[in-house]
Amino acid sequence: MIQTLGQPHAISPSAPMQPYWTEIVEIVREAPGVSTFWLQFLDKNLREGFHFKAGQFNMLSVPGLGEVAISISSDMEAKHRIGHTIRSAGNVTSTINRMNVGDVLGVRGPFGSWWALDDCVGRDIVIAAGGIGLPPIRPVLYYVMHHRHDFGKVIVLYGARTPNDLQFTREYKTWQDAGIEINVTVDRGDDSWEGRVGVVPILFYNTRIDHRNTVILTCGPEIMIRFVIFEALARRVPPDRILVSLERNMKCGLGSCGHCQVGPYFVCKDGPVFSFDKLQPYVNVEEF
Amino acid sequence: MAEIQLSVGSKVALPKAGLEKLLANLHRMGYQVLGPQIQDGAIVYKPLISVADLPKGYISEQDAATYRLVYSGHRRYFDVTPGAQSWKQFFFPPFSELANYKRDEHGLWQVEETEPDLTPLALFGVFPCDLAAIQVQDRIFLREEWKDPIYWSRRQSAFILAVNCMHPCGTGFCASMGTGPRANPGFDLSLTELDEVFLVEIGSEAGRLVMEGISVLPTSAFWLQAEDKGLEEAGTKMGRILPNQETLPDLLLNNLDAHQWDDVARRCMSCSSCTQVCPTCFCWDARDTANLNGLTANRERVWDSCFNPDYSYIVGGNTRPNTRSRYRQWLTHKFGSWYAQFGSSGCVGCGRCITWCPARIDVTVELQAIREEVQA
Repeated sequence: MIQTLGQPHAISPSAPMQPYWTEIVEIVREAPGVSTFWLQFLDKNLREGFHFKAGQFNMLSVPGLGEVAISISSDMEAKHRIGHTIRSAGNVTSTINRMNVGDVLGVRGPFGSWWALDDCVGRDIVIAAGGIGLPPIRPVLYYVMHHRHDFGKVIVLYGARTPNDLQFTREYKTWQDAGIEINVTVDRGDDSWEGRVGVVPILFYNTRIDHRNTVILTCGPEIMIRFVIFEALARRVPPDRILVSLERNMKCGLGSCGHCQVGPYFVCKDGPVFSFDKLQPYVNVEEF
Repeated sequence: MAEIQLSVGSKVALPKAGLEKLLANLHRMGYQVLGPQIQDGAIVYKPLISVADLPKGYISEQDAATYRLVYSGHRRYFDVTPGAQSWKQFFFPPFSELANYKRDEHGLWQVEETEPDLTPLALFGVFPCDLAAIQVQDRIFLREEWKDPIYWSRRQSAFILAVNCMHPCGTGFCASMGTGPRANPGFDLSLTELDEVFLVEIGSEAGRLVMEGISVLPTSAFWLQAEDKGLEEAGTKMGRILPNQETLPDLLLNNLDAHQWDDVARRCMSCSSCTQVCPTCFCWDARDTANLNGLTANRERVWDSCFNPDYSYIVGGNTRPNTRSRYRQWLTHKFGSWYAQFGSSGCVGCGRCITWCPARIDVTVELQAIREEVQA
């Protein structure tokens, strides 16, 4: 719900569907059809005070077209601008992907739950992400780099359809220099690809996991999530230490419009980040 | 006759002729009064000018996929139970504007505030099931952290005249859901219609003010007994029953793979009728429209339904592409996960979804079938 985190936020309790305006200050191309849009609130208080937690999302809005829920992919400790990494898919996202620096975008947020990083202190972190599932976890990587000594091993298992589709490739070196291990796979290689080919869960086969002390963070296509959970459970990681970020149709972010329900949960306010023990009764129910 | 002191919680008898006076008082206090009236062979709610417009003398015959208004010649105003419409449409309208956008001279979008319509509404003749439904929706739209502005603008000042249900409908099961036939607290005034008089219970200060200046009688033991007896009988005359509804959350959520879901999916047409007539269904969609000149745009809120194909759309496909999963979502939400979300069942037992389902699907039958399948 509206977790204010004691800071200004772009949700009005009296007009919760009203967006606040931001300016696109930078666009970084990540992969074909995927770019990171750096936004700055026009309102000074919001620009300086807007806070979010890793894993939360905003509703981005283009008047006349609609709104879309996009997780925040930037550093939660960086001030003054927020990043959203957006894949061109539907009406709104493809319009945003045609926008330029200086264009204005509506924002409401931040919404939803977050990766429980406080509970990860002293533990190993294994991040398993597929495709556009990495941006929602990137704030965690920033955080880990700022507070590297708080955590044990940090391993990123990441996959995309093709080498071209891999995101944030120019940052891998920085991550590795900060002591983050990164293993990458693609569904289909190309002529120059020397890395691994296959789906994300296979990366578990070469990863040593200390089940007593590991937290799994996963986001990506639901089928991938399912198999990541399978691999994690097979390695005796307890369900409450498998954190999952879900995607559902969302129109409001307030737990009001009803679209994002999974069983008793509104993914927009009770999620998007769930520990797997909460989802366990529903994950293997077809079309729930 | 000695002056009767009215206070919140007190109960008096109102002669039948006093109903017009009560309506006039509401009008004089600035309320737009909405009441049940007959239109196109069904009960609808619209502005009520005179009690002569009430469906006096009518009853409704209701069964699965059946609704008939019948003139029975009695002299009661409130014997006819509701049609497809509920009061939901006034607080949570099927269509409302969320925002108007206009480009300023620099080409930047500006939000044009829409002034909410603050005309206070008086709902004249709310049956106990529908009063409970309003309270269910209050828990959805009026949260601690935020209040839905559209809902709140009409709800905060609304006056509710409840009517205890002496002649329950053929598809209702409010007695099983604990929402009727006697209205639970939450009304400003409640009426019980006897042949001779109305018994009026004052539920709020607003209710007391509306009653001011209307001549009333003290209640008599005879009338009170007639009320108790009538409502007790009404509880046993429900067209449907739903036993042990409080056990449904576990039953449903633990049996998401029951065969009954396949069975009902063969009959359900996914038409969304049940969700449109349901007085508690709250799902909505936000839709944008843009003017062709690119200078103005609107964001609108419209009723949505978990039966609509687009409802669960995400890039890559729908999470619930089939009728089976959509019906299961509706039923498990309404009778199951609603408890975890809002602390009560999502069903008030009004029976509308049974009456207005073109495929004669009856939730009480479906739920019982699932229970029997699981117990078998």
